Amino acid sequence: MVGATELLALAVGFDALFPHGIYRYAVGGLFVGLGVAVIYVGTGIIAGASTFLESTLSYVSDRSRFQRYRPSRDWRVVFTVGIVLGAAVYAVIYQDGIWTTDVQLWRLFVGGFLVGVGTRIGKGCTSGHGVCGVGSASRTSLVGVVVFLLVAIGTAQLVMATGVRV
Amino acid sequence: MTDREDGGRRSAFMPLIFAGGLLFGFGLGFSHMARPEVVLSFLYLEDLGLLFVMFGAAAVTAATFFVVPRLRETAPLTGSKYGRRLKTFDRKVVVGGVVFGVGWGLSGICPGSAYASLGIGNYPMLAGVVGMFLGAYAQGVWRSAASSAKKVRETAD
Repeated sequence: MVGATELLALAVGFDALFPHGIYRYAVGGLFVGLGVAVIYVGTGIIAGASTFLESTLSYVSDRSRFQRYRPSRDWRVVFTVGIVLGAAVYAVIYQDGIWTTDVQLWRLFVGGFLVGVGTRIGKGCTSGHGVCGVGSASRTSLVGVVVFLLVAIGTAQLVMATGVRV
Repeated sequence: MTDREDGGRRSAFMPLIFAGGLLFGFGLGFSHMARPEVVLSFLYLEDLGLLFVMFGAAAVTAATFFVVPRLRETAPLTGSKYGRRLKTFDRKVVVGGVVFGVGWGLSGICPGSAYASLGIGNYPMLAGVVGMFLGAYAQGVWRSAASSAKKVRETAD
């Protein structure tokens, strides 16, 4: 009986932490990792998502900060188009029509701006540090991930506390 | 006729990058990370599934980065040596991480998930992608100016 109660408590706790289960997250994560792995095996390149922002700016700006990414800018465009279309494949198979967010446009824009600044100064994003850097057991990336996870959780909690919800 | 393109890359280079992007984007769609609401529900600590996405993906890359260099020295399509993603640590990693975290926490978007979001038809995400480009541009202009000013100072010395 005790065992059953404990199991139930465990299950309730699990449901509270993962109300949608973990299947979609774990399987999705495996695909993300597989995408990085396929490119790595063939090319030796460890591809993150955020360098695309600066490398693509090298098409329109002569600034040194963007021009240094010139050698990789073409394949980074191809990689990003692949990401967009890969998500579109998911949508065609599993989604009923298009899906649009209810997050306020100002939050997407201002948040996007800060993400664009921060990822380039901080040398990586959720894929660069979080997936590739952590997978490399890079201490720099582990620190980066801990910093942005904690700050993001704190920020989101503040936003929620002010009553702004999706 | 040749199977090598610029920089010693083989012609399968771009198709492979594209295939990797497809898998990556499909994963972001499948994991619901392309929906900012789901990322925000993690940051609100209401659904911790994001941890499985990030660390599940990291487990795959860790295994790949560990095993592949022990089987081969160089990559078939580029001739590049296999390595790991190791960046030097400095104050910028923390400063950038804080700025990134504020933006991520405010919006629930990060670069990869934002691109994928466009793929699932989420056109309002264009505001986020434009924001990211402007942010990347702003820091690039500032840092390009800072580094050329430094060069001027160094040559003046």
